[in-house]
Amino acid sequence: MRKKDFIVRFAGEGGDGFLTVVDGFAAATTKAGYHSQTFATFPSQIKGGPTWFQLRVSTDPVLSRGDELDVLVAFNENAYEAHKDEVGEGGVVLYDSGRFELPDDGKSLGIAFERLGKSTGNLRAGNMVVMGALAKLADMPQAVLEDFVRWRWSNVQRYGEKTVPQNIEALSLGREEAIKSGFSLGQLADPSRPDHEQIMVNGNEAISLGAMAAGLEFFVGYPISPATTILVWMEERLVGEGQFAYQVSSEIESINSIIGASYGGVKAMTATAGPGFSLMSEGLGFAWMAEIPIVVADVQRGGPATGLPTKTEQSDLLNALTPAHGDVLLPVIAPGTVEECFYATVAAFNWAERYQGPVILLSEHALAERKQNILKPDLDKLVIEKRQVYSGSNGYERYEASELTPMPIPGSPGSYVANASEHDGMGDTTHLPERHVQMTERRFSKLELLEDGTYESDNTGASVALMPWGGSKGPSREAYLRLIDGGADLGWYYTMYLNPLPPALLDELRQKELVLVPELNYLGQFSSLLRSMSVRAESITQYTGLPFHVSDLVRRISERTGVSSKESVAV
Amino acid sequence: MSDKNPEYDFKWCPGCGDFGVRRALEQAVQRRLIETEEPVENTVVVAGIGCSGNMVHVIEGPQPYGIHGLHGRSLPISMGVKAGRPDLNVVIVAGDGDFLSIGMEHIAPQAQRNLNVCAVIMDNAVYGLTKGQSSPTAAEGQITSSTPYGKPEDGLNALRLYLSVGASHVASAMSSKIKDLADMIYNAMEYEGFAIVHVQSPCTEYNNTFEQLKGNAKKGIEPIAWNIPEDHDPSDLKAAHEIVNNGGVPVGLLYQAEGRTAFHERMEAIHAKAQSKTAQELIDSYAF
Repeated sequence: MRKKDFIVRFAGEGGDGFLTVVDGFAAATTKAGYHSQTFATFPSQIKGGPTWFQLRVSTDPVLSRGDELDVLVAFNENAYEAHKDEVGEGGVVLYDSGRFELPDDGKSLGIAFERLGKSTGNLRAGNMVVMGALAKLADMPQAVLEDFVRWRWSNVQRYGEKTVPQNIEALSLGREEAIKSGFSLGQLADPSRPDHEQIMVNGNEAISLGAMAAGLEFFVGYPISPATTILVWMEERLVGEGQFAYQVSSEIESINSIIGASYGGVKAMTATAGPGFSLMSEGLGFAWMAEIPIVVADVQRGGPATGLPTKTEQSDLLNALTPAHGDVLLPVIAPGTVEECFYATVAAFNWAERYQGPVILLSEHALAERKQNILKPDLDKLVIEKRQVYSGSNGYERYEASELTPMPIPGSPGSYVANASEHDGMGDTTHLPERHVQMTERRFSKLELLEDGTYESDNTGASVALMPWGGSKGPSREAYLRLIDGGADLGWYYTMYLNPLPPALLDELRQKELVLVPELNYLGQFSSLLRSMSVRAESITQYTGLPFHVSDLVRRISERTGVSSKESVAV
Repeated sequence: MSDKNPEYDFKWCPGCGDFGVRRALEQAVQRRLIETEEPVENTVVVAGIGCSGNMVHVIEGPQPYGIHGLHGRSLPISMGVKAGRPDLNVVIVAGDGDFLSIGMEHIAPQAQRNLNVCAVIMDNAVYGLTKGQSSPTAAEGQITSSTPYGKPEDGLNALRLYLSVGASHVASAMSSKIKDLADMIYNAMEYEGFAIVHVQSPCTEYNNTFEQLKGNAKKGIEPIAWNIPEDHDPSDLKAAHEIVNNGGVPVGLLYQAEGRTAFHERMEAIHAKAQSKTAQELIDSYAF
């Protein structure tokens, strides 16, 4: 049987340049009709340090980075030692024999990447040598890669005429070395190119595109891993008429600026990570209090405090729900895939505009840095909501009613005060007990406008269900499918709308004997939230800074529930 | 936004300097209506937290829009309002504690951007609303509720700070001279750049400096306030620094930069270098 997928890891020092290989191989294979997903983890420094990237290529949409490696590409000996144990049965170690030597153990293939690459006359062609060898190991047609090379370096003015032939020569050199070695992993099954248009993006790019599709007009931010790429993206592209993107002096300035901008009637957003999100605390309470629509993306990283800037974690959930002091409960949407990053962002803007308040878009490092082929979003099918704007005369009391009311915009009649203190209908400060009661209830009642979230469900008759959130969706889904294939009776639920949860979903969850929540934090944050809502939920936690391995999840779900599958035994 | 609102339960103490600042602000806003023919709804008053911030609720006459935000954050809020809506006239009202202590980090960035807003800072050298603690502009040795044995730090010279961080338009005023103050606020609103009107606005309850400012011949108290000479060239930064170095409270237009580009114009120039794309074009750029 031909292989359905192919997992390769590139390990070395930051600066070895293998990002190009990973992205290039992903681009080449998706162009040929495969699905691919990249995964990256690196230290928080500009250059150097142990870094690795992983790529999974499959004939089906890729759900996770995968478990055992088909190929480990080791750029130095330390990298080999650190990762060799993850090479699976029949896997191959491809290493730079120009830098170090491994004993002939029947699974190690030494190729002098760098030296062979340079022999083409192109100093950077070593990466193409690796790609050529990889393609041969997976028995992929060389034409797939050559097409990619011609597309990637097609700009002759920029790259010169020699780059394409040199890179193609390097591909062949790598291929020849692989052929000489006699190694093979078995042929990857032919791709079945999807019949729809696709784009290749990472999670932060999907968020950025989603914001543009939703009509974003104002973005400010402050550099912070792993959210910086959204700021940088916006600075380059949010530059049209009536658009504004800017790096401000702190996250405190970010949050207060987007509140000011949205008060002025423009759609406004910022993006940050844990430490910056903490600094926005008071501002988020202000936006809730004064009822100003804003979107704040928190691209989670390991915490607390400065934590693990370049590692993944799902530990900001409870903080996202109640980031500020006082009675607040913010709407939270957490995408679980790169594709959902796009739609979650559109939904976050729609929610913010609809209920006139802050919405938290909760992403995570593993999504931000993951590049994946996704269906090209169809803008014609998107519903983009706008806030209700007041169009009457002066003397309007924006906050007087007990439910949502139209929002006046400066420049037009309807002047009022957006007040962070408790206030009356006009927004003037008050301490009257009955006003605080009325306004508190008004603010909470607006959350009911957001109970339109959708959710996934599968095998709903089972008494035990799996319900991941955020980026743990992919590995959980893969584990779920393995268990189901093995005959396990397990239900599946998933939503990116974490607050408010779709009411029908909550009803279903309350019927279960056990809801298992795989999540990347110590506290078991989502399951504690579910338990507070009378769902019998328990977490499967991990706090390593890395995403779940599918095989670990299969094992832990089996252990906890007694459900098992033939495959889980085999893994 | 008027004291006729029965629910609004905040009051300034009798004789508070902020009453004078309120009159002056009302006059400046009304003059702007006439001179620019723009509706009052084009003006947004962004207030800090403290006694002075309550200004936004007590303005009489035509009602501008208002924001009464967080302690120290009037400038970041204004940044969003003005950068998002350059057509609006943004006026900040804040006190010395709000603007110069917790909010100090925001002054320099706005000055460097030359954000086109006008900040009216009411300085009473004390935290009044929390009942008399020491503020940055209080003098060294001053006894307050939080410095019972005297303030250990030097007093901050706010005017020198504004000049040093690059504010484009710096005026110094007294709350008791309402007409002059109204003119200064108006000029600062109309100035294209980051403008600060720093007003001595004494707290009658915790730090009554009316007499020190104006002097009292009968008691032999020399006034610490003095008028900036008419021959001072406000575009001369060095001369402005010299005036501050002379001590006391100089009153008048201290500094006004010439030919400095305001923030929204800088951003327009930057956007002119960039190629804007639609959401569809951006999505298409990731196709393969």
